[in-house]
Amino acid sequence: MIGLHHYLVVSAVLFALGMFAIITRKNGVAILMGIELVLNAANLNFVAFSRYVWGGLTGQVFAIFVIMLAAAEAAVMLAIVIAVYDRFQSIDVDRVDSLKG
Amino acid sequence: MQIPAEAIVFYALTAITVLSGLVVVTSRKLVHSAFALVFAFSGLAGYYVLLSADFLAAAQVLIYVGGILILILFAVMLTHRIESLDIRSETLQLLPAIAGCGAIVVLMLLAVYRTPWAVKEPQVLTQTAQSIGSLFMTDYLLPFEVASVHLLIALVGAVIIAGKRGGQ
Repeated sequence: MIGLHHYLVVSAVLFALGMFAIITRKNGVAILMGIELVLNAANLNFVAFSRYVWGGLTGQVFAIFVIMLAAAEAAVMLAIVIAVYDRFQSIDVDRVDSLKG
Repeated sequence: MQIPAEAIVFYALTAITVLSGLVVVTSRKLVHSAFALVFAFSGLAGYYVLLSADFLAAAQVLIYVGGILILILFAVMLTHRIESLDIRSETLQLLPAIAGCGAIVVLMLLAVYRTPWAVKEPQVLTQTAQSIGSLFMTDYLLPFEVASVHLLIALVGAVIIAGKRGGQ
């Protein structure tokens, strides 16, 4: 029987994978992918708790808000990536080392 | 012994999601990572169906697979010369990262299995779209409006940031 634990374990693994990408990747887009994995892991937790513990729809509503924020974040990240690439000819985050001013 | 269908679907989805998640974080080519992310997000949509969150599953497919993934692919393809075929992503600090993330997983699994969750009997499957819609218009009206303004601001900001081409 599939219960709350199964979903929490999957979510923990996904969170760690996203964390791993955020730590090890140099490329800005790859880091964005890691962030998306982490957000999705959180969403899975929200929905699993909403079904097995709370019982209402609150968790699902929160998951929808998270998806909304992730969409806005991806759009802004794409814009930043394009602007950075324009200036540095690279989106490796360790090469972006100068500020305006 | 008969294996329930829910378990079969769950473990299949877990295989898809975790394996493609592994590809996302380990693949040397960014385009491969992006396409593996498609399968990871689709697997999560499958989980939402299993958890009887039908509206959320549809939103996941529409927004993540249809929207955010396309944005990420745009970012990959706009920032690399396609003809060079060398869209690679270096990694660094591999061992500390493996140790740290492994420790995080162990800690979270301990927390998951040690905590006495107040698990209730799951309700029967019902359609959620209508109830979520009325929740947005009643209990969550303010966050809903704030989120829409936030999306508008993010889009305008994105256009402004990306529109400044050429530096000087």
